[in-house]
Amino acid sequence: MAEVAPPEAERERFVLSVDGLEALLVALRGDGWRLMGPTVRDGAIDHAEIRGVADLPRGMTEVQEAGTYRLARREDGAFFGYAVGPRSWKQLLFVPKLRLFRAHRQEDGFQVEPESTEPPRLALIGARSCDLHAIAVQDRTFLEGPYKDPDYAARRERLFVVAVNCGQAGGTCFCVSMRTGPRATSGFDVALTELLEGGHRFLAEPGSERGAALLARVGAIPAREPDARAADAVVERTAQSMGRAMDTTDIKGLLYRNQEHPRWDNVSERCLGCTNCTLVCPTCFCSSVEDTTDLVGGVAERSRRWDSCFTLDHSYLHGGSVRHSIRSRYRQWLTHKVASWWDQFGTSGCIGCGRCITWCPVGIDITEEVAAIRATDGARPGA
Amino acid sequence: MSTGALPTAGPMMPEPLRVRSLRRETADTFTVSLDVSERPGGFPFQPGQFNMLYAFGVGEVPISISGDPARPGELLHTVRTVGAVTEALRRVGRGGRMGVRGPYGRPWPLEEARGLDVVVVAGGLGLAPLRSAILHLLRHRTEYGRVSLLVGARSPEGLLYRRELARWQEDARLKVLVTVDQAGPEWKGHVGVVPALLRDVELEPSRTVALMCGPEVMMRFTVRELERQGVPDSRIHLSLERNMKCAVGFCGHCQLVPFFVCKDGPVLPYDRLRPFINPREV
Ligand SMILES: Cc1cc2nc3c(=O)[nH]c(=O)nc-3n(C[C@H](O)[C@H](O)[C@H](O)COP(=O)(O)OP(=O)(O)OC[C@H]3O[C@@H](n4cnc5c(N)ncnc54)[C@H](O)[C@@H]3O)c2cc1C
Ligand code: SF4
Ligand code: SF4
Ligand code: FES
Repeated sequence: MAEVAPPEAERERFVLSVDGLEALLVALRGDGWRLMGPTVRDGAIDHAEIRGVADLPRGMTEVQEAGTYRLARREDGAFFGYAVGPRSWKQLLFVPKLRLFRAHRQEDGFQVEPESTEPPRLALIGARSCDLHAIAVQDRTFLEGPYKDPDYAARRERLFVVAVNCGQAGGTCFCVSMRTGPRATSGFDVALTELLEGGHRFLAEPGSERGAALLARVGAIPAREPDARAADAVVERTAQSMGRAMDTTDIKGLLYRNQEHPRWDNVSERCLGCTNCTLVCPTCFCSSVEDTTDLVGGVAERSRRWDSCFTLDHSYLHGGSVRHSIRSRYRQWLTHKVASWWDQFGTSGCIGCGRCITWCPVGIDITEEVAAIRATDGARPGA
Repeated sequence: MSTGALPTAGPMMPEPLRVRSLRRETADTFTVSLDVSERPGGFPFQPGQFNMLYAFGVGEVPISISGDPARPGELLHTVRTVGAVTEALRRVGRGGRMGVRGPYGRPWPLEEARGLDVVVVAGGLGLAPLRSAILHLLRHRTEYGRVSLLVGARSPEGLLYRRELARWQEDARLKVLVTVDQAGPEWKGHVGVVPALLRDVELEPSRTVALMCGPEVMMRFTVRELERQGVPDSRIHLSLERNMKCAVGFCGHCQLVPFFVCKDGPVLPYDRLRPFINPREV
C-alpha cells in the first residue's frame, strides 16, 4: 500500500529519461515486484505482466466512444498515449474467482480447511488517477467496514504503484467532473507525466518514501521549472479536452426522488441486461458463491466469483426475484453508482472512467442518463 | 454489532456444529438445536439476529436465531424447507454437522422499547425471529408496558410453536391473538388477515412500539393500520428479507437502496425505510 504522501506543494519533482524509466522497471523487478502494466493484447491496450519498456504500447492509442473501442497508431512514440483499457486493476485485488475454503467429509460430519493466501507482490505500472480513486473506493467496501476481506487486504498490502498522469482524455472519460483526475494526487509511490516535446522524458513525482528512494536509485534528476510547467500543461490540456461531464449537484437527492421517472422505462428498452457495465466498472464489488463437491462427495469447495446486479439471481428470494424487470435492475445499478453509494460509503461509486460507456454493446451512457433525468426532474410515468 | 467470536481465517468461514436435536414444527418446518457446549460462553446473540447456515457441498443461507437470548448454551433455528439448501439442512439429521457463522445484523430495539407498550406482529415463519424477542419480553416483563402478540398463518396446521403459543395464550402477562387465512370447523379462533387483528388491540399510539416480521404484503398492511392509529413511523420496526450471500457487507446482494439488509438490518425502523420501499422492485 502506498504510504501517506507529503503535501503536494512540498513534493520535489524529478526528470526521468526513457532509459531512466527502463532502469526504474528493472529496479522494481530486481526488488521482487512483478510488473503489471499496459500492453497490446487482443485488440486492446490491456493490463498484463510486462518485463520492461519494450512491452509498453509505444506509439499506440485507442479511440473510444459509446459502444466502441478500437486501437489506433500515434506518430509521437508515446508509451502511455491512451486513457483506460477494458480491464481495471480490480481483477488483481478483488479477483474474479476465489476459493474460500474446502471442507472434508468425516464420519461424524465435516471439517473446514481454510485457504491461505500468499498473493504476489505487484507493481502497477501506468495506473491512472481515476483508477487509483477506484481502489480507494473499493478499500471502503473490503477494508473499512465492520469486517475485512482477508484476501483483498493481503493483495492490497503487496502493491507498488507507478501512476501516470493522463496526457490525453479518452473518448468517454469524465473524471474532471467527478473530481478524480486527470492528475494523480494520492495513492501512488511514483507518478509520471510523459513529456513528448523538447525530448522524450518523464516528470516524476514521488508519493512515498520508497518511491523517492527508487527515483534516487535510478538517477532521476531534480526537475527545472520549465519541465514542471510543461507537465502541468499536459494535464491541463487533458482536462480541457474532456468531452463528457456529469453534473453531480445534489445527485443523491436527484436519483432518490426520481425512482419512478419515465426515463427508466426508456433506458430499459435499450438495456440488454448483459452485465458488461458492472464487470468493467472498477468499483463494482458484487459477488456470489458457488458450491461444488468431488464425485464421491468427500470434499466440498466454496468459491466466490464476480456477480452483477443485472442478473435475476442477484435479488432472488424463494418464489422469484425482487428486481425482475430490466427497468428495476438498471435503476439499481445507476442509483447505486451515483447515489446510494454516498449513504453506504461516504463517496461516489462512480469515478468517471467511462468504461461502462465504451463497453456497453448498445452505447448507453451514464452521463446522458443522469442528464436526462435532471432535465425532467420530477417527471412521473405517463406525465 | 456482532458479538460472536469469528473464525480467524476470515469472516466467511463456517464453524461445523453438531445437531443435538431436530424437531418437526409443521409439515415443512423444523427446529434444529445445535451443540455449542464446546464454545466458551456458548453462542450469545441478540433477538432478531441471524446466522448463515451451511450444508456441506450444497450452500449457505441466512436463518434467524429463534432461541432464548438468556440461554446462550442452546442455539436454535427454525427452518422451512423451500429449496436445495434448506432441504439439505433438514437431511443433516441428528448427530450430523452444519456449518454456522454469525450472529449477524441489527437486532430488535428491545432497549429502546423499555417502558413502552409492545405490539409484536408475526406472519407465518416471521414468528421465528420474534420468538427470541417474546422470550426476552417475558423474562423482563416488568420493564415493559402492555405486551401483545398477533400471529397469523395460512392454516391452523401452519402455526409455529403451537404448544408454546397455547401457553402464551394462557399467560396473563401477554395478550395473544391468533388468526389463520382458512380453517375447518374445528378451529375456534379468528379467520382473516393479521392487520385486521390490530383493531382488537387497545393501542396507545404515543407509547407503542411495534415489531414485525412476515410476508411483505402483510407488513405493508400492518404498517398502514398502525399509522392510521397514530403510531409514529420511527417506532414501527420491520425485519426484512433479501438475498444474502455473505452477511458481512461484501457481496452486495442484500441491498435495498442505501441499506445493506445484512448489516444495517435485518431490523429497520419504518421512518428510515419509508422513502425507499414505496416504489416496487427496489
Ligand atoms: C435475515 C433473514 C432471516 C431469515 N430467517 C429465516 C428463518 O428463520 N427460517 C427460515 O426458514 N428461513 C429464513 N430466511 C429465509 C431463508 O434464508 C430462505 O428460505 C433460504 O435462503 C432458501 O434457500 P433454499 O436454497 O432452500 O431455497 P431456494 O429457493 O432454492 O434458494 C436458492 C438460493 O436463493 C437464495 N434465497 C432464496 N430465498 C431466499 C430468502 N427468502 N432469503 C434469502 N435468500 C434466499 C439463497 O441464497 C438460496 O441458496 C431468512 C432470510 C433472511 C434474509
Ligand atoms: S460507472 Fe462507469 S464511468 Fe463510473 S466508474 Fe463505473 S465504469 Fe467508470
Ligand atoms: S452497481 Fe450493481 S453490480 Fe455494481 S456494486 Fe452496485 S449492485 Fe453491485
Ligand atoms: S449479504 Fe452480502 S452484502 Fe449483505
